[in-house]
Amino acid sequence: MQLSREDLLDSYRRMRTIRAFEDRLHDEFALGGIPGFVHLYAGQEACAVGMCMNLTDEDMIGSTHRGHGHCIAKGCDVEAMMLEIYGKKGGLCGGKGGSMHIADLSKGMLGANGIVGGNPPLAVGAALAAKTLNTGKVAVSFAGDGASNQGTTFEAMNMAVVLQLPVIFVVENNGYGEGTGVSYAVGAKDIAQRAAAFGMPGVSVDGSDFFTVHEAAREAVERARAGGGPSAIEMRITRYYGHFEGDPQLYRAADEVPGLRETLDCLKKFRQRVTESKLLDMSQLDTIDAEVAALIDRAVAKAKAAEFPGAADLTTDVYVKYA
Amino acid sequence: MAKKTFRQAINETLFQEMRRDPRVIVMGEDVAGGQGGSGQIDAYGGPLGVTKGLIGEFGASRVIDTPITESAIMGAAAGAAVNGLRPVAELMFVDFFGVCFDQIYNQAAKFRYMFGGKAKTPLVIRTTIGAGFRAAAQHSQTLYPIFTHVPGLKVVIPSNAYDAKGLLTQAIRDDDPVIFCEHKLLYDTTADVPDDPYAIPFGEAEITRDGDDVAIVAFGRMVHFANDVADKLAKEKISVRVIDPRTTSPLDEDTIIEAVEDTGRLVVVDESPPRCSIARDIAGLAAEHAFGALKAPIAQVTCPHTPVPFAPPLEDLYIPSPEKIEAAVRRVLAYKG
Repeated sequence: MQLSREDLLDSYRRMRTIRAFEDRLHDEFALGGIPGFVHLYAGQEACAVGMCMNLTDEDMIGSTHRGHGHCIAKGCDVEAMMLEIYGKKGGLCGGKGGSMHIADLSKGMLGANGIVGGNPPLAVGAALAAKTLNTGKVAVSFAGDGASNQGTTFEAMNMAVVLQLPVIFVVENNGYGEGTGVSYAVGAKDIAQRAAAFGMPGVSVDGSDFFTVHEAAREAVERARAGGGPSAIEMRITRYYGHFEGDPQLYRAADEVPGLRETLDCLKKFRQRVTESKLLDMSQLDTIDAEVAALIDRAVAKAKAAEFPGAADLTTDVYVKYA
Repeated sequence: MAKKTFRQAINETLFQEMRRDPRVIVMGEDVAGGQGGSGQIDAYGGPLGVTKGLIGEFGASRVIDTPITESAIMGAAAGAAVNGLRPVAELMFVDFFGVCFDQIYNQAAKFRYMFGGKAKTPLVIRTTIGAGFRAAAQHSQTLYPIFTHVPGLKVVIPSNAYDAKGLLTQAIRDDDPVIFCEHKLLYDTTADVPDDPYAIPFGEAEITRDGDDVAIVAFGRMVHFANDVADKLAKEKISVRVIDPRTTSPLDEDTIIEAVEDTGRLVVVDESPPRCSIARDIAGLAAEHAFGALKAPIAQVTCPHTPVPFAPPLEDLYIPSPEKIEAAVRRVLAYKG
């Protein structure tokens, strides 16, 4: 699929929205306005967007504790996301889920997940439904390098091959599982090789390059839609913030993140690529930046002003309500 | 005797028991942290800082950072326990037991019985429990009722720093698998904690407030709420006995039954959903063994039958509060039959 000018603008807008959303959450969390655990996706934007630009609203994704980027890439409403992260009424989950459980099934976003390795089997289930119901949909499991070690991930990969399901396993290798480095915690040199061992194609790509990610994702999605079964893509990337907000990141040398921001920033790379090749003008991108900044301002203001859910909401929706 | 936090008491116990017995090892996710990174080793010292410093004294062979693979952690710890080590394995949040329960309840818990008394499984699983951290549905549960249900497991719920040290010492020296539940909101609470090691036997409740009008049985963080209620009501000449059983398995049934016989009124507080909870378990115990002494129906103060909500006002409503406990005490006192 050749990316049109509109696609490029859309991709950039999604990536910029993720970055601005996460940078703002970082600031707001430090000020004390946001409850609970928040895990930020900044730095990894090209992974979620490069993948999700190949998907429709009907395709499904499963996500992780670091899920905001996947939500935005999949088209979830940014204001409703912000409301959810503040635990307010009108949030994507009515304030009951929060950052770690944010979900919007109407956009094919099957939820962030508080359990490492929680979603790969669920994505297999989404793909099983798609195949059984013959809907033509595909499912994508986003997981991290940490989850790539979980038995649930291995089991899911094997079942996907056995049942030849339309599912793509994306492993975003950002270098650290919580506070432990990949070189210590992952026995294999190359996470993509594990996929091959289960009997599916696996590639390893530079996750900071939107175009590389997009191309690998396109191949995998086309294969899945055509009945060619599962694939895996390892995306090598970094995260700019800690495992959770408030993490002092003592496990990283002081110069590590500043260096990576210089050399591995997906937004900088994207801007350079599209302007140097004259696909887009700098002014178009700057306009998007300004529009996104205004959107995030609105979302935060709205979330701060919104009401919390009421006491009656505590016990609703444990089960389906039968008339 | 120095004031120490709950966190310091556990940390000190791990140091002392690892010095005492070279077979004691600590393993889990980021129990040191920083392995394979560009920065410091021991960057975390445990996700909530409880195992800080251990790797510096005991090294990476006894303070083992694992991949995020709970089944392998728990299974390896159980396997090591029956083969000569005394592992203290960390399950970062009790909610994650879902990933690894087979290794705990079908394997570790059953070895001794299944193998005809030939196996010893000196395994401690340290884990964090409890709501109030704004951590939502998958990081806030207590779940100790589930472990208590399993024959072969011992379940410990310390309510203060002094008990944490004594009970963890006992847990590490015990030859059975022990689930050691640390409430996240107790880590910064302080108590007088002796420097020297000491063990508190399992199955011995502590009476934290004495009284004759009503008995409250509470666990973990809820003991503090119950004590506050007892102190408040004492000013109204209402005499409340508060019992902290400290372990749910084994359970000090005698102290509970005696309290019901003495007071005739029982309130059970359990930070868990009500069904198949410790609250129900203790209510059943009292109904079976002290029915004739009861002057009022047993009151249970629990969470609702819902997952833990994220929104702070909902989470506050979810957790049993001193106000709800006080209301339950007044209700059983006012009961006229």
